[in-house]
Amino acid sequence: MKTPFYDIHRSFGAKMLNFHGWEMPLHYSSGIINEHLNTRTNVSLFDVSHMGRFEVKGIDAYDCLQTLVTNDISKLDNNMALYSPICYENGGIIDDLIIYMFNRKKFLIVVNASNREKDLEWIIKHLRSATIIEDITDKIALLALQGPLAQSILEKAAIVDLNLNQLKPFNFIITNIFGIECIISRTGYTGEDGFELFFDSSKIEIWEKLIQLDSKVNIKPAGLGARDTLRLEAGLMLYGNDIDENTTPLEAPLKWTVKFEKNEFIGKKALINQRIYRKIVGFEVLEKRVARHGNEVLMNSKKIGFVTSGTFSPTLKKSIGFCFVPVYVNPNELIEINIGGKLYKANVLSSTRFYKRK
Amino acid sequence: MNENIRFTKEHEWIVIKEGIAVIGISDFAQSQLGDIVSIELPKVGSIFRRMQTMAIIDSVKASSDIYCVMSGEIVEVNEELLEHPEWINQSPYELGWIVKLKPSNMEEFHNLMTNEQYNKFIGETEENREKDQSGG
Repeated sequence: MKTPFYDIHRSFGAKMLNFHGWEMPLHYSSGIINEHLNTRTNVSLFDVSHMGRFEVKGIDAYDCLQTLVTNDISKLDNNMALYSPICYENGGIIDDLIIYMFNRKKFLIVVNASNREKDLEWIIKHLRSATIIEDITDKIALLALQGPLAQSILEKAAIVDLNLNQLKPFNFIITNIFGIECIISRTGYTGEDGFELFFDSSKIEIWEKLIQLDSKVNIKPAGLGARDTLRLEAGLMLYGNDIDENTTPLEAPLKWTVKFEKNEFIGKKALINQRIYRKIVGFEVLEKRVARHGNEVLMNSKKIGFVTSGTFSPTLKKSIGFCFVPVYVNPNELIEINIGGKLYKANVLSSTRFYKRK
Repeated sequence: MNENIRFTKEHEWIVIKEGIAVIGISDFAQSQLGDIVSIELPKVGSIFRRMQTMAIIDSVKASSDIYCVMSGEIVEVNEELLEHPEWINQSPYELGWIVKLKPSNMEEFHNLMTNEQYNKFIGETEENREKDQSGG
């Protein structure tokens, strides 16, 4: 599958990869590290149109979704968004997604590309008759504009007076940029300030217009490679790598997304009763090797877990990652990671977050 | 390009200078790996047989083994790469050389690909890759 921006990526010199059936840019000619650093210091434009997008409408849309997610959408006002896992009855994570609430009868849901069909089937199964769900992935394009200069860029792109100071994280507005109707939400997957833009998928000119908007600002395209290193530094989970159907939110650093105080939701009973034996922690490799998903984690020569994500951190210039370890492992303890048959020492950290913006 | 350069199918290059083989990875290889962030080098004095792993390169996205192209003894390693692994991206045939080796069997050199043969080989590799991608 191709997003509406496929030809633009090729014209920008992208090295493409197949990501769950989508032809996506891994990086452009400047490379992952430059794209990563440009996002931290300036602003980058990402095509994330491969993510699945559903519209849920109906008089009991709110109740249906509140039963599906572990987080609590009763806290949302109109035009607010929320991150949440959805779980099976046994607590295993089906997917993690963002729910945008227009009002209690209309929602937009953004899900992982890899889980689009599975999620749609699951949600349909749990919808009540008065609510409908539509897969609008192909109708709506999705770009992420991420970095400290993202706000000033978007304010320039707006034809009407747009002051984004009032747009708080996880809030969105319906406005227009370059005269094109657009939903702007203050969300992202980079640990940086930034926005995600939803608009009609025929309006691909928005890409070029954003890139060319301000010659003084180094706004550059960035690919999925930088998106991965950015989210890792920010301590954010990736479905399929860190979390999956065999993981519950309580084993991942997602306890905050499970609201036991709300009424029944799917997975509540299993999660209340779950005994936690393992957890995902951050680590820093003390030698110059990069750990990868699946590498064994050892302590005192005994296998205790595995790496869920690993990369080289362009900001910290260190080899970092997340791994599963038993709950008894504490921060600052030493573990060893088996990379290609050799053991490398790593330090367990108190959090999965390696980077926090100022 | 030095006309005496030779390549392997695994994308290492070799030049013989005064009986010593200088080894690195090709420009095509570095472009496929993307940003290189670390390298593990062999010790001077170690002896390898042809096609044994002698070094490991980590890029942001992947790790790859670097094979010993010819049997022999490592006489020098490019220790500057420990501080500047990005030189392999920026200058794969000069600053980015990886090891120097004293070959024990010069015959092995003549089985390697010339620059022309190698370019044809990576052209075919790319074509196959394109085909694979359009099929997926």
